[in-house]
Amino acid sequence: MKNIIYLLAGIIFGTTLFKADAVSWFRMQEMFRFQGFQMYGIFMTAIPTAAISVFLIRRFKVKTIEGEPVHIPTKKFNMGYVFGAIIFGIGWGLTGACPGPIYVQIGSGISIAILILISALAGTWVYSYLKPKLPH
Amino acid sequence: MCFPANIPFLKYNWKDQLWNLFFAAGLLIGGFIGGVLLKPETPMPLSSKTVGELRSYGISDMQGILPADIFSWSQLLTWQHLLIVVGGGFLVGFGTRYSGGCTSGHGIFGLSTFQWPSLVAVILFFISGILTANFLLPLLLQS
Repeated sequence: MKNIIYLLAGIIFGTTLFKADAVSWFRMQEMFRFQGFQMYGIFMTAIPTAAISVFLIRRFKVKTIEGEPVHIPTKKFNMGYVFGAIIFGIGWGLTGACPGPIYVQIGSGISIAILILISALAGTWVYSYLKPKLPH
Repeated sequence: MCFPANIPFLKYNWKDQLWNLFFAAGLLIGGFIGGVLLKPETPMPLSSKTVGELRSYGISDMQGILPADIFSWSQLLTWQHLLIVVGGGFLVGFGTRYSGGCTSGHGIFGLSTFQWPSLVAVILFFISGILTANFLLPLLLQS
């Protein structure tokens, strides 16, 4: 049951996001106003941690749980990175939510976060529908 | 998936993507562990400046992780609040897909692997978030 590993990774990530206050709308408002260090501290810890992890994965040729080599695809720039990021930023500033934290909010017992999730899923669906017509 | 309209982007072998659902289920459980089982007795204090500014927008309850003055079923019936909750959520989903990632995908993973398209996305969604939180949000809450 390899899926259990994904479940465990989700549990660890979700618990950490909650305990670090990274799912807090208030904390996000504090960050956007440069009035607190909390969120910046999280990013400044997470990015080097991820960089070291990727370095170690490459150095020791760590395999995935499927037994395959870890392949990190190179991102190819397109205008979606520009328009999409601006649109996401507006939603982020209003709801204080990135996609992952919405699940964590629901799990912590906030029922209205279900509405945020449904709205976000609707956004994903509409994007998929409009994708051929949007500039990329 | 069971979505209608025959959209190529949504056509994939869902069994190959099943791990996503397990990861999302883990996030739900993580929220329960962090928010219910390990609920802190004293929440981490918020900057007094932020508290003051949010008060001036009419937010009085600073408890929890979402302000009950906006994010609660009983407060949903104004167009401003509906726009923040539903419209904001919609833009999060739409924008994340459009830009191919979010704060973790671009911000943490993309930057840590030195991918410049992610840096572009991070800079833009951060600027966009700052402008929204400082100008659009107060405008909506005070109108």
